[in-house]
Amino acid sequence: MVPIAINNVTLEYDTPAGKVTGVKDVSFDIGASEFVCIVGPSGCGKSTLLNVIAGFLAPAAGDIRIAGKVVTGHGMDRGVVFQDFAQLFPWRTALGNVSFGLEMKGVAKEERDKIAREQLRLVKLEKFVDAFPHHLSGGMQQRVAIARALAYNPSVLLMDEPFAALDAMTRDDMQTLLADVWRETRKTVIYVTHNVAEAVYLADRVIVMSAHPGTVQADIRIDLPRPRDPLSVEFLDRQKQLMRHLGHKVSGNGAAH
Amino acid sequence: MQDAVTTISTRDASGVMPGRVASRLRSVWRNIFPFIVVGVLWEIIAVSGVFPARLFPSIETVAHTFFTLTANGILPHHAIETLIRLLSGFALAAVFGVGIGILMGRSRLAEDIFLPLVSICAPIPGLAYTPLFLLWFGLGSFSSILLVGFVSAFPIIFNSWTGVKAVKEIWVRSAHSMGADDRRMFTHVILPGALPYILTGLRLGLAQAWRVLVAVEMLAAVPWGLGWLIFGARKFLNTDAMLAGIVVIAIIGLLLEKLVFQKIENYTVVRWGMVAA
Repeated sequence: MVPIAINNVTLEYDTPAGKVTGVKDVSFDIGASEFVCIVGPSGCGKSTLLNVIAGFLAPAAGDIRIAGKVVTGHGMDRGVVFQDFAQLFPWRTALGNVSFGLEMKGVAKEERDKIAREQLRLVKLEKFVDAFPHHLSGGMQQRVAIARALAYNPSVLLMDEPFAALDAMTRDDMQTLLADVWRETRKTVIYVTHNVAEAVYLADRVIVMSAHPGTVQADIRIDLPRPRDPLSVEFLDRQKQLMRHLGHKVSGNGAAH
Repeated sequence: MQDAVTTISTRDASGVMPGRVASRLRSVWRNIFPFIVVGVLWEIIAVSGVFPARLFPSIETVAHTFFTLTANGILPHHAIETLIRLLSGFALAAVFGVGIGILMGRSRLAEDIFLPLVSICAPIPGLAYTPLFLLWFGLGSFSSILLVGFVSAFPIIFNSWTGVKAVKEIWVRSAHSMGADDRRMFTHVILPGALPYILTGLRLGLAQAWRVLVAVEMLAAVPWGLGWLIFGARKFLNTDAMLAGIVVIAIIGLLLEKLVFQKIENYTVVRWGMVAA
């Protein structure tokens, strides 16, 4: 929907041992309606970078522009989905959770219920509108979280390893579902993951980051046709290509990824 | 063999004890069993004459006194006076306790001011404040209500404060990203998020209110009240009236727990899966 520019972003945080640089001089652009995955080993600052884009953290240097406007804090132009299932409000039903953003926007009840139902249909949960989160499985809760982040119609969707805590089978289903949702909504998506296959399945472009401090190591376009077949030769080739970028770093650290 | 099986199955099916009712009865039985044991022991001691009957009345005597005092309106009058004081004091404690507790959780300044005060005052037994309150505010209902409010506010403050602190950061972040302003962050996220702790605080506060109220009624020279009934009965060795008063306190406490607290909890935090049923 809108382009994003990340310009020379550096982020430091205070530890007892002094200032540590989490992300150093990171720059890349994201086109409108582009699906970008950020992959990298733990500690490369990929989640931190996402939090800067979300406006939860302020960069020490550089800036982030969404549709040309500098990010100074959280805003309703971005929807955020976290890894933690606990992100849903347990005191609200699926419908109540999804309509939260609309309620904050001041949309009338009837209208926001209608939109929320529509969003829940998009993530195939129309039968569970009145269920409280604790009655839903982890995968369903994450689907509610996606619907919730989309409901107030932000132009950018930020996702921080949303399926990392799910079992492999559910994760596959969720990736297919997310690809469908993205095709329907055409949001600009920034998706953080450490799962290479996931990145190749979902992304138009993959940003590979290396750790200590976090920097951009490679920027790879995935131009496979959609829907993608994870067992095709081309798919596996892309996966290998990404692995090499990561593996180079991994062998340097002496840790398998 | 065939017969035996049939007999057993018909007995089960005949509904002497179908699963649900049976387990319900079992749980009722588990609950009343200890009381039956204590009751039987009580009767044995009462009848054996180890203590004079005036000092250790049998259950029938206590029951008789209970019904006589209820029928002639004396016991209900005592109970209602006590209940009014209890609920007025508790209402004060609930309003100020939840207010101060939440304020402490939300504002660093309020936390710095109140936490040391609350930490020092909370462990002091409520009764220790009683003479002071009686001198400051005079004998009677007013001082009792103030004292009940003051003393029972502490657990409510502590728990509301903890509750606000325990609100998950991820809820706050989610709400922020969805455009919640400060006011709605408070009403739509902090308050429901802290509710399990606030309810625990209110429950502890009510128990505290009972303890101090019954005691203060013995000292505050109020004309009516269960504490006064129990204390006054001592002069005439009316142990049956004392025990009747104690029974009323137990009944009111049980009713408040079952009809108020459990209902509120079941409708909110239990339904939301924030607290196990």
